[in-house]
Amino acid sequence: MSVTKRLSAILQAKANKALDKAENPTEMLDLSYEKQQENLQKVRRALADVTTAKKRLELQASQLQGQAQKLQDQAKQALAQGQEDLAREALTRRTGLADQLQSLGTQHEQVEAQQQQLENTSTRLQAQVDAFRTKKETLKASYTASQAQANIGEAVSGISESMADAGMTLDRAQDKIAQMQARAGAIDELINTGALPDALGGGGDDIQRQLDATSQAGQVDAELAALKAEVGPGAPAPGLPAGAEGTPGAGEPGAPPAGGTP
Amino acid sequence: MIVRILGEGTYDVPDADIPAVEQLDAALADALERGDEATFSGALADLVGLVRHTGKAVPPDDVRTSELAVPHPGSSLAEVRDLLAQGS
Repeated sequence: MSVTKRLSAILQAKANKALDKAENPTEMLDLSYEKQQENLQKVRRALADVTTAKKRLELQASQLQGQAQKLQDQAKQALAQGQEDLAREALTRRTGLADQLQSLGTQHEQVEAQQQQLENTSTRLQAQVDAFRTKKETLKASYTASQAQANIGEAVSGISESMADAGMTLDRAQDKIAQMQARAGAIDELINTGALPDALGGGGDDIQRQLDATSQAGQVDAELAALKAEVGPGAPAPGLPAGAEGTPGAGEPGAPPAGGTP
Repeated sequence: MIVRILGEGTYDVPDADIPAVEQLDAALADALERGDEATFSGALADLVGLVRHTGKAVPPDDVRTSELAVPHPGSSLAEVRDLLAQGS
């Protein structure tokens, strides 16, 4: 059966339900006006949520880009150290990041579409509320006439259909926002634990640790060599003032001269 | 005929264009039934395009009721299925 007819029927049912409580046309007008204002507030709040979600996605994308750059640098550093496996690992993780970035891009597009739709709804509702405010007073003033009653019925059913639409649009936006927030939360967690590059585990920045360990070892070697050069062969035993070198019997056990191996 | 695009507003579509709307509507219903996401998305985009193109946008303060309601542009098959389930 026709999708648009079924949807229309659902919309009308929702519209009628919204005004069930009203007991007479005047009350219906007031209730309808109240509902419109409520709706407008809700749409505005949702719009603020969407904007926040969008900003969060943008922040995450920039964090991920930073991590991707870092992995690229690490791969370079690893290659310079001759650690090809480590470089490969860094690049592999960088690929994983690229996938995440792409998915963030898709979400960003979706959130922008939501934002656009809610802005559109908000503008339309505002125009309706403004127009309805004047209309309802005119209708109320003349509502004893039977024609006016018909007019009220018409105005109210039109406006309540529009409100039902806004309600459905809001529901949809809120579902999307909730999904997006859940995903954003998961990504934040990954970024915070540093586990993002390989979602399979091995959290923390172990690549950096290995690079640091290698460069630390290199630095220790260099410092050692510098010390050796400074001290020269036949280092003094510890605990003795400089210049007292060579005193026989001063070398205590367990205190060999610095630098056992070249 | 007044046609509403959910989340967007209403359009006054000339009667001459209604058969084309109905045709796309049928394609939409068929894709929905078969769970054919690609055809569904295509038909929905075409339907939205047709209504926007052939219809005249009704100003927001003109609150005539509509006879047909087109799903939110860009809706997934699952979303529309959920919406329709609200009526059953």
